[in-house]
Amino acid sequence: MKTFRIIGRNIRDAFKGVFRNFSLSFASISCITITLIVVAVSMVLSENVNNFTLLVEKDVTIVAFIDNDLEEKKIDEIKKEISKMSNVEKYEYKSKQKITKEMMESSEVFDSIMKNWDSSENPIQNTFQVKVKDINKINDTADKIKKLDGITLVKYGEGMIEGLISTFSFIHKICIGAVVALILVTAFLISNTIKITISSRQREIGIMRLIGASNLNIRIPFIIEGLILGILGSIIPIVLTIYGYQKLYDHFGGHLFSDFIKLIKPVPFVYATSVVLLSIGILVGMFGSWRAVKKHLKI
Amino acid sequence: MNVDLIRLTNVKKTYNTGVTAIRDLNLRITKGDFVFIIGATGCGKSTLIKMLYREEKPTAGQILVGGIDVGKLRNGKVYKIRRKIGVVFQDFKLLEKSTVFENVAFALEIFGIPKDEIHAKVVKALDLVGLKDKITSYPDQLSGGQQQRVAIARAIVNGPKLLICDEPTGNLDKETSKEIMAVLNEINKLGTTIIMVTHDIDIVKEMDKRVIELDSGRVLNDFERGTYR
Ligand SMILES: Nc1ncnc2c1ncn2[C@@H]1O[C@H](COP(=O)(O)OP(=O)(O)O)[C@@H](O)[C@H]1O
Ligand SMILES: [Mg+2]
Repeated sequence: MKTFRIIGRNIRDAFKGVFRNFSLSFASISCITITLIVVAVSMVLSENVNNFTLLVEKDVTIVAFIDNDLEEKKIDEIKKEISKMSNVEKYEYKSKQKITKEMMESSEVFDSIMKNWDSSENPIQNTFQVKVKDINKINDTADKIKKLDGITLVKYGEGMIEGLISTFSFIHKICIGAVVALILVTAFLISNTIKITISSRQREIGIMRLIGASNLNIRIPFIIEGLILGILGSIIPIVLTIYGYQKLYDHFGGHLFSDFIKLIKPVPFVYATSVVLLSIGILVGMFGSWRAVKKHLKI
Repeated sequence: MNVDLIRLTNVKKTYNTGVTAIRDLNLRITKGDFVFIIGATGCGKSTLIKMLYREEKPTAGQILVGGIDVGKLRNGKVYKIRRKIGVVFQDFKLLEKSTVFENVAFALEIFGIPKDEIHAKVVKALDLVGLKDKITSYPDQLSGGQQQRVAIARAIVNGPKLLICDEPTGNLDKETSKEIMAVLNEINKLGTTIIMVTHDIDIVKEMDKRVIELDSGRVLNDFERGTYR
């Protein structure tokens, strides 16, 4: 009950603090707002890139064609070799009958052509379909598979896809860097705001000390003030994220440029993003004021 | 019976500017006493009482206040002694944007005391200093004497054992000073030990209490009650 009252008083004081120095608070709030908007944009961008990369990565498969004359025993040996490779996520043996069946099911034209062929004439080869763990090393893995006895040909999305993915992962890294830098700048600015608040309230703080306020008594309202600034600063970015992304998604019909680049579905993505934005706002606000309080409230 | 509330042993204070404000001071103050500290400007009166509520630390020697070794108190623990001591200054130190009630309640709210209890204590303290009807006023709506009484109410609302006053009447005229002294006398009668720094010799004579006279950081004279003339 006592703790409850103390917390209540602190929150009240913190709100008073926010509104007493409203022009300063407003500057901090704007600063958090701008930062969080950039964070939101970066997050939406990088999460989409990330998502896209994952999707593509899932799709990129090394197809190793096997000599159709190869015996069962040899195929087993290849299977063993592939399973031993460290970059192999999973692999699957697809017989030519299975591939043919799949192709005939997916295309009527193919179906009608293949129907007229005898199975011994079937030009399609048995294959191993290999998924890799790290797409950046797909070249090495493909080379290794190619060198195995009985493999005639290795195919994968050479060039274009890797280029795309490495570009995207570069963008992703830049986004993260920009976000981190912005967060630091904001924390610094909040720290300064709280510092000014503190110095404008030195007299009050002095009186508080005189009547027996502990350091915690004095600090907590400022920390809560930072927290409130963080919460107020994240309102606009959150609203923008929730409505803006939904609008964007609807506008593009769920994918960018082509079917190839799929956007993340707004729900629950925007809510998760909002939670992250709010957390960043709160943490940055609290960290900024904590820093100011630590530096400027020494007895 | 005569328990020492305060005991200073070989206390010395040199500020880091090199100025020595207190030199080898030994002093005992009994619980329940009313003690005046007098002396020329710069003789170390404020420094002495600042060390009592741990605004300053002694350079050497020991200061016991209510059994607590104040000089050894770490910065983070200073509030512990502050909660047992009320302090009143020449310049009142009130919060200008807060009402009389809020100014006094301020000292209790920090500790998480229930609202109705705060209200009762604040009203009682303001009643004691004769300002019960000014509860909703702001400091700038009050006279100097009234403001000082608010400051006294704030200092005692917590029921401290010791009340320290640094020239509480320094900004007030004779008549108002008398009123303040009457209030302090009342508080002392209720059991609070009072240490008061003053320049006003008339007050000292009239009150007829123990008087400690400092000179260059030393005790020049220590008059028992009724011996200062
Ligand atoms: N914070 C301080 N830093 C340095 N010197 C101080 C400080 N406070 C007081 N002094 C010096 O200590 C001496 C005693 O001051 P003080 O205790 O305020 O005297 P009084 O209250 O008797 O007038 C003076 O010489 C004063 O200049
Ligand atoms: Mg002085």
